[in-house]
Amino acid sequence: MNNLTFMPVLWPLFTGILLIFFVKKIKLQRGISLFSSLFGIVISLYLVFSVHTQGILTLGVGSWDAPFGIVIVADMLSSLLVLTTNIIGLAILIYSFYSIGEERERHYYYPVFQFLLIGVNGAFLTGDLFNLFVFFEVMLMASYVLLVLGGTKVQLRESLKYIIVNVLSSSFFVIMVAYLYSVLGTLNMADISKRIAEVNQPGIISVIAIGFLIVFGLKGAIFPLFQWLPGSYYAPPIPVIALFGALLTKVGIYSIFRTYTLMFYHDQDFTHTFLAILAILTIIIGVIGAIAYWDVKKIIIYNIIIAVGVIIFGISIMNGQALSGSIIYIIHDMLIKAALFLLVGIMIKISGSDDLRDMGGLIKQYPALAWTFFIAAISLAGIPPFSGFAGKLLILQGAAEKGAYFGMAVVLISSLMVLYSVMKIFMNGFWGTPKADYALSNNTVNKMLVPAVLLVIISVLFGVGTESIYPFITQAADTLMNPDIYIKAVLKE
Amino acid sequence: MELLMAIVIGILFMCATYLMLSKSILRIIIGTGLLSHGAHLLILTMGGLKGGSVPLLSDDVTTYVDPLPQALILTAIVISFGVTSFLLVLAYRTYQELGTDDMEEMRGTEANE
Repeated sequence: MNNLTFMPVLWPLFTGILLIFFVKKIKLQRGISLFSSLFGIVISLYLVFSVHTQGILTLGVGSWDAPFGIVIVADMLSSLLVLTTNIIGLAILIYSFYSIGEERERHYYYPVFQFLLIGVNGAFLTGDLFNLFVFFEVMLMASYVLLVLGGTKVQLRESLKYIIVNVLSSSFFVIMVAYLYSVLGTLNMADISKRIAEVNQPGIISVIAIGFLIVFGLKGAIFPLFQWLPGSYYAPPIPVIALFGALLTKVGIYSIFRTYTLMFYHDQDFTHTFLAILAILTIIIGVIGAIAYWDVKKIIIYNIIIAVGVIIFGISIMNGQALSGSIIYIIHDMLIKAALFLLVGIMIKISGSDDLRDMGGLIKQYPALAWTFFIAAISLAGIPPFSGFAGKLLILQGAAEKGAYFGMAVVLISSLMVLYSVMKIFMNGFWGTPKADYALSNNTVNKMLVPAVLLVIISVLFGVGTESIYPFITQAADTLMNPDIYIKAVLKE
Repeated sequence: MELLMAIVIGILFMCATYLMLSKSILRIIIGTGLLSHGAHLLILTMGGLKGGSVPLLSDDVTTYVDPLPQALILTAIVISFGVTSFLLVLAYRTYQELGTDDMEEMRGTEANE
């Protein structure tokens, strides 16, 4: 029992409620949000170190012990993701100060921002399947508001599709929870895992596993279920896209991590092969999208899909190395995707268009922006010593051990394509002759650049210092590889 | 009883699918409503329709119903009400802004506003 476990959820809730009272005072809202984000990082850092020294922390809400009550569980994977979420939250918040516009700020942008963080942190920390659904809904509700806030035509149109897709997937989630409850009679993840191990995963459980894959795949945008993503992520303003791209899809992937390593791991020939095929197809589709478009936002959006594929491929391999690779890669991807969206946002702001053919020569006027983008770009592609490299290397090593050579080849070729797609932005956007006389002053650009640089620095440190973070990663991967650790911690046996 | 419930749920899902495949936004919203009702009934049925007393301990009652599915449904219903009302408001705003409630006309690439 440790109340610290629930703090990453309660803290933004408190802040969000507080912010509603000061919704017309923009300066005060910014101050409170900034302080709250900083303190949120402190809390989650403390959480990470507590989990590192004390092992998995749990909290039975209302003193009801698992498996009967609601249980909040912080293992290494979830606390690392909570930390990353808070860091990204801070960076995007600072960026919002300069770019979101007063109109949106006055209409509950900051409170809803905090509510989104509640949902994301909650989904990472919950230890039972139904509360995962509830936190998903909290997160989605906040994302609906953020998506539609501003009310331009394209936003309204895309929000409608996004919401309908998500209502459908939420219904599916409830249906799958119902099936699982009827088969196993429990919803606590640790308890589910134990009971599936007792019956050795019969066919019906595999069906439910695929059902959950559909639900989480819709959220995480894997191959056949990603179609809503390019449209919906295109509509809102840049800070919101960055928030969605960095956090929302990753919650879906985290849930696949959880369910496929903790619960449905007995029939790997079926479930994990299926997962691997979908992952490879996801990578291929993402690559096609990323190299096809000339639109900077579109290119980065399709890069989200590629990263999803790579991480899922790592999960489908299901050995220690590949899982630690996936964990490194998911954290790296959250950081670098947020940074890239922010940088691309500055480019769009400068040139007034999101088409690469209308840009050019930005490096002459804005060298800092150009070089930050360059580092972020090669880091995304996984060039050593930057952070994408370590994750991909471990995933590939794991795949080689398992003999999944086709998947390895796809991942490797996809890296080249990713490099090509971001270098296309760099060459067409930053090199060449300027297409217009850019009016935005360096001062304004530098202000907006600060959060992006912050994220890139963290990601570079993460890449260079992977060796020193590695104990944390292996601790997370160990828990995933040995569900007994998790089950023992939660059920206190 | 379970059989009857299964048939009812099936009919709800069928109607929901039919409505959600139509063009009009309003029909789609009604479809999502029916879909979530079907899902809620499914939880109730999957928990087992035992037909006992309320789950409060007392001496003279021996069979209790399972309280957990009811708690789950309650949560899910509240969420689906919230989402449906949001969706209705959004659909109305979209109709005002775009001047259409036909999903076919809301297609197109992101560039054409």
